[in-house]
Amino acid sequence: MLKNSFRLNDLLMTIIVWLSAALVVGAFLWLLSDLTLHGIAKLNWSFLVSAPENAGRDGGIGPILVSTLLILGVALLATIPLGLGTAVYLSEFTSGASARSIRMSLNVLAGVPSIVFGLFGNALFCIWLGLGFSILSGGLTLACMMLPIFIRSTEAGLSAVATEWRHGAAALGLTQAAALWHVLLPAAAPAIIAGLMLSIGRALAETAALIFTSGYVDRMPDSLSDSGRALSVHIYDLSMNVTGGDQSAYGSALVLIILLVVINNVAASLANRFLSQRITSS
Amino acid sequence: MMHDTKKLWRSAVLPTSYTLSNIEQGAACCVPIPQIQVENLSVSYHGKSVLEGVSLDINKGCITALIGPSGCGKTSFLSTLNRLTDLIPGCHMQGRINIDGVDVTDPRLDVLALRRKVGMIFQKPNPFPLSIRRNIEMPLREHGLRQRSAIDERVERALRDVGLWEEVRDRLDAPALALSGGQQQRLCIARALALEPSILLMDEPCSALDPIASAVVEELIQRLRNRYTVVIVTHNLAQARRVANFAAFFWMTERVGKLIEFGRCQSLFDSPSHDLTAAYVTGISG
Amino acid sequence: MIWSRHSISSPSRADATLARITGGIALAVVILLGLVLMLLVRESWPVLVDGGWTRFFVGDGWFPSSGQFNLLAMLWATLAASLGALFVAVPLGVLSAVFSRFYSPSWLIMPLRRVMVLLAGIPSVVYGLWGLTVLVPLIANWEPPGASLLSAILILALMILPTVALTSEAALAAVATSHLQGAAALGLSRTGIVLGVALPAARVGILTGALLAAMRALGETMAVLMVAGNVVQTPSSLFDPVRVLTANIALEMPYAAGDHRAALFASGLLLMLIVTVLAWLAGRIGTHSNA
Repeated sequence: MLKNSFRLNDLLMTIIVWLSAALVVGAFLWLLSDLTLHGIAKLNWSFLVSAPENAGRDGGIGPILVSTLLILGVALLATIPLGLGTAVYLSEFTSGASARSIRMSLNVLAGVPSIVFGLFGNALFCIWLGLGFSILSGGLTLACMMLPIFIRSTEAGLSAVATEWRHGAAALGLTQAAALWHVLLPAAAPAIIAGLMLSIGRALAETAALIFTSGYVDRMPDSLSDSGRALSVHIYDLSMNVTGGDQSAYGSALVLIILLVVINNVAASLANRFLSQRITSS
Repeated sequence: MMHDTKKLWRSAVLPTSYTLSNIEQGAACCVPIPQIQVENLSVSYHGKSVLEGVSLDINKGCITALIGPSGCGKTSFLSTLNRLTDLIPGCHMQGRINIDGVDVTDPRLDVLALRRKVGMIFQKPNPFPLSIRRNIEMPLREHGLRQRSAIDERVERALRDVGLWEEVRDRLDAPALALSGGQQQRLCIARALALEPSILLMDEPCSALDPIASAVVEELIQRLRNRYTVVIVTHNLAQARRVANFAAFFWMTERVGKLIEFGRCQSLFDSPSHDLTAAYVTGISG
Repeated sequence: MIWSRHSISSPSRADATLARITGGIALAVVILLGLVLMLLVRESWPVLVDGGWTRFFVGDGWFPSSGQFNLLAMLWATLAASLGALFVAVPLGVLSAVFSRFYSPSWLIMPLRRVMVLLAGIPSVVYGLWGLTVLVPLIANWEPPGASLLSAILILALMILPTVALTSEAALAAVATSHLQGAAALGLSRTGIVLGVALPAARVGILTGALLAAMRALGETMAVLMVAGNVVQTPSSLFDPVRVLTANIALEMPYAAGDHRAALFASGLLLMLIVTVLAWLAGRIGTHSNA
């Protein structure tokens, strides 16, 4: 008797689990296929390089891609040194209460809604520092958002590097700086790169913060102090404010996703290359 | 006073050239002049005492074995000699340690210079994830040696010293981690030797190796006698008998490690003064 | 007798400098958080001062031009959308993690995981775009107008699902195989192992993942803005168009001034407060389990 009820339970559970998985996969397949179907028509070289016309319904996303890359560039220039510095400090020079409060601050920063960063970036960079709506403001605001992710990943990578190398380096009379430069940071490279890619992914996906800091202008930017439209903002504008802009929106969305997939794969292969250079003996 | 200490160290760390020679044998193998003088050393971690009241003298050019069961503070003792205890969280050290007349427990001491003079080999081989050449070259560069020719000469000399040169001379740029366990340990020894230390600390250098590799490393250690002062922690009593000139026996009393007996290796094993020592070396306890 | 204290840093000059530089950088990052808080408070001060913050919870509704700032309707909408999304996404996410770990054929596991990671990275605008062009018309067929609380819930659920699935999968993977084998050796069926051993053992990780998903749902702006209809009203049915706090800020910031602008900053502050509490909770759960 018990055996039968067991079997019924098992069967029920199996059905539920498979159904859930199918539902989840199905929903996402639906999304991805819609995206591809609607957007693929727009994908060609001229779309990628020419300027938008007719409020973006026609033409391409050339200047927008340039703006996006510039904003990303500014963000990376700020994030990498600040992030590495903080991660090194957390991993090598501090512990206990001080480390805990830094980590807590980072956790809170990581959870701050992007729209709040939009407000913050607007107030600090655009108004208080006088940068106005610009690629610079947008990039710096994005850097604030990328830092917690990057720091977390880098620090985890550094802490995971074997203590035996640290002790070995110390026993050879090497400074911590030398150990970091020659051994520890290269060993943590996969984690650092992974963190970098995660942050870049977040940055490219960001819209709300950019609307209030780098603005809407869809012309080719002349300098970093020009306003520039990021790809995600373009998608937003086309779908919400431009009737008949859906086609272009889908095309842009497809470009964005392909960009993200490429970045993820580059990251994975870079990480693999670093890992294979170190054959572990154990 | 700080300047005096520094000056003393400067003269102490100038490279002294030790010439290579073949295996040296013979009974009169080392000079009974103390190089390391330890006075009433105690070590504790987070308040818990692991070693108490250790006083002994390590003689120059001799191989001194530290024997005793696990947990009685032998590794902690070793780590105090090159101030590696500084890196361990919660570790407190109390007492005096003089090396070549310089008090190394002085917080103003240049620890990096100390660690060049006192090299350490760990139980588990830990070559850096770099090429074989860079493992030896990098510490040399960091300590100020810049010319390519001088570096290459030292690299070759160090590798010859440990008997690795013929095995790796044509693949110096291969990753060090691709070497076998025994080769890795010998590389670590070469790396330490390249800095031209005068003292070598070895924490169970053979215990992580297979028997053949272990024998090779042990033979290498024997060759280091006279040229270097070696302090070696070992659980292998037979190895201690084979290799060491002096032996120090540690034991746990009341949950704290203490030095029970110290003396010439031969006499410690054949006619120990202390009952505990006798029991340990004959295998009755421990 | 010399006492030697634990110091992580070695006494060399280079290291002391490095410690100081990196310490300064770390301090700057912490100050950043303080700056965010400070700026928010400063900009929202005009409406907060003198007990003005009560304005957010009393009054006729959100009519900024006449100085009415009651945002309760939007607060309820925010909570309803997020809770609804969690209600949908957490069970589905945990179940798909269970699938991956216990039921899936081995060739499917890695591809499934890669897809989840990809989906976790899809920008919210893309989800919003799809919601706007596909989901909303679908719901409109069922019950107009389509852009509603329901579409917000569904889109948010879709967005936080990968987070829940991936963290739950990691939490389940961390359950020691020995526990599972022990359970199997006791004759437990697969269902019994999953429900009786694996899920309870992984509950800390799963809960943390759910909290992270909640933080994401509460903070989400674009996707919800695009599909929820943006009418300021307390939702009485799933098909009512609603406006969440984040969308409100995004919509009205471009032209807000004076008290209106301060009120928007204040609602941002409120959001930050809620998110901080959740982050603190997530941290507590983590340390509690370690204790």
